[in-house]
Amino acid sequence: MTTAGWMVMGFAVLGMSSLLGWCVYKVVNTPGSSEHLHSPSDIDPEDD
Amino acid sequence: MVSSMSSEKKESWKSRYGVILAVMGSAVGLGNFLRFPGQAAQNGGGLFMIPYLVAFLIVGIPLAWSEWALGRYGGKLGHNSAPGIFSSVLKSSKGSYLGMLGTVMPLLIYTYYVILEALCLYFAWSFLNGAIPKLGANSEKITGFVVESLGMAADGAMFTGQQTTMLVIILFCFIINFALIYRGLSAGIEKFCAWAMPLLVLCAFIVLFRVLTLPANPAHPEQNIVNGLGFLWNPIQGDNTIWDTLSRPGVWLAATGQIFFSLSLGFGLILTYASYLKPDDDVCLSSLTSAAGNGFCEVVLGGMIAIPAAFIFLGPVFLSDPGNIGTFSLGFMTLPNVFNQMPAGAFFGFLFFFLLFLAAVTSSLSMLQPSIALLEEGLGLNRKRSVALLGAISLIGTGFITYYSKGLTALDTVDFWMANFFIFIFATVQTLIFGWVIGPKKGYAELSAGAEIPVPRKIMIMIRYVSPAYLLVIFALWCKEELPGRLAQIKVTEEGPTVALLSLTFIVGVMILFSIVIAKANKRWASEEKEEPS
Repeated sequence: MTTAGWMVMGFAVLGMSSLLGWCVYKVVNTPGSSEHLHSPSDIDPEDD
Repeated sequence: MVSSMSSEKKESWKSRYGVILAVMGSAVGLGNFLRFPGQAAQNGGGLFMIPYLVAFLIVGIPLAWSEWALGRYGGKLGHNSAPGIFSSVLKSSKGSYLGMLGTVMPLLIYTYYVILEALCLYFAWSFLNGAIPKLGANSEKITGFVVESLGMAADGAMFTGQQTTMLVIILFCFIINFALIYRGLSAGIEKFCAWAMPLLVLCAFIVLFRVLTLPANPAHPEQNIVNGLGFLWNPIQGDNTIWDTLSRPGVWLAATGQIFFSLSLGFGLILTYASYLKPDDDVCLSSLTSAAGNGFCEVVLGGMIAIPAAFIFLGPVFLSDPGNIGTFSLGFMTLPNVFNQMPAGAFFGFLFFFLLFLAAVTSSLSMLQPSIALLEEGLGLNRKRSVALLGAISLIGTGFITYYSKGLTALDTVDFWMANFFIFIFATVQTLIFGWVIGPKKGYAELSAGAEIPVPRKIMIMIRYVSPAYLLVIFALWCKEELPGRLAQIKVTEEGPTVALLSLTFIVGVMILFSIVIAKANKRWASEEKEEPS
């Protein structure tokens, strides 16, 4: 494996891992983001 | 036009993580572990990452964002199926026929994908019971095993009574898919993806660890893991210069195709999944997370397992033959040979094909939901009836493909027209609708609604001009390369119509059936609209 090969593999692997890591960090750390979604059972039937 | 569906209690995702994992599951499939490494190895190795990255930025992200936003917008208008969403957005019942592809494509892809899914499970089982390990490193015997498993020697070979196990497994996969779909979006798809995706990644990491710790081939010490990684990742291979590789249109075509198919764009799947979101739910970060997860599985896991392992046991000469590293041949002919030569290969072979099976199920599930959504909202069928009707239609389709198994011509033909030809058309239509019908101002507002990451304003320029132009250029190049040969197969010979012609007739038949469903749906939506108080 050439030096250029190591560099390309390193950039590709680190790039994809960093992008995924950043996205997961944002999803987990955005306040209240996971409460945006509700299943039907979570919806409060307020007009009952 | 807001359907009364919007005022009824309808399905939705239970959690943020659930929808991300479901979309990721839909995207992560056989293509990540088998198609990507083969494409990269054939198209410049490490240099393939340049067109891959360009396609990710120009096609992948803009298309994913526009499809998610269009889906959520359609959901706001009370629709979950592509025909319903298109008719509402285009404010014309004719639009629903344009959206037909968004239900027919995934359904027809499902009809053959479930066979490959079953084959993965059959291979996993055959590694466990010793049927594949006993074939050893004999390529001919392994090829024979595959030919026999799928009845590739003659049409109808699967029904001669000698391949009962494979037929039972196909039926088993059918039952799993429809049982999960029957349970619904949250209790079925979301729940399954929530454990299947982490399990899949865990299996992939175990296999990856095994591959990275493999000793060099004792007979050929130069066939070691470092050189195996180099075979895939070295940017300059042989006498080719960087320019030689990057000036080949085929390399750009392959990279765009990989991004496109791998992210499940243009199928109508994301459109339906996103329609179950709430109006203020984020789409940008969720879609980026799904795309990143898919890219991780593809580049980090897929790119470091199949080719480096095959390099150690089979060598560079074997891998230089494109016939050995195509998606199907790499997965079902080359890799079994590799696992058969690997220490504890039966266990790792089982694990690899089991992870492929999980990846296939999470993908095939998503292919059924668009049609279910149309049957439910268009014909007013309940879940039980819509699942039964869709089960019958897809069983006929799978039966057709299983019967015409000689050389896998029927499978290949349906794959060509659905997963290659029409997908480009539907993706372009979707992008044009979002960029031009919804328009730049409203489109940007839709993307930004609930967004948890900054949305660059220039994204609408990409969606309106750059992505459709790039798609059309790639499509034209692809048609020039692929279409003449395919059209030549559609003919009537002395023996009767070719399987390619029969397959195309089958596709047209399904389209006619769905046109009838859509016509009925249009009537229903029109009457609902009249009843709706203004």
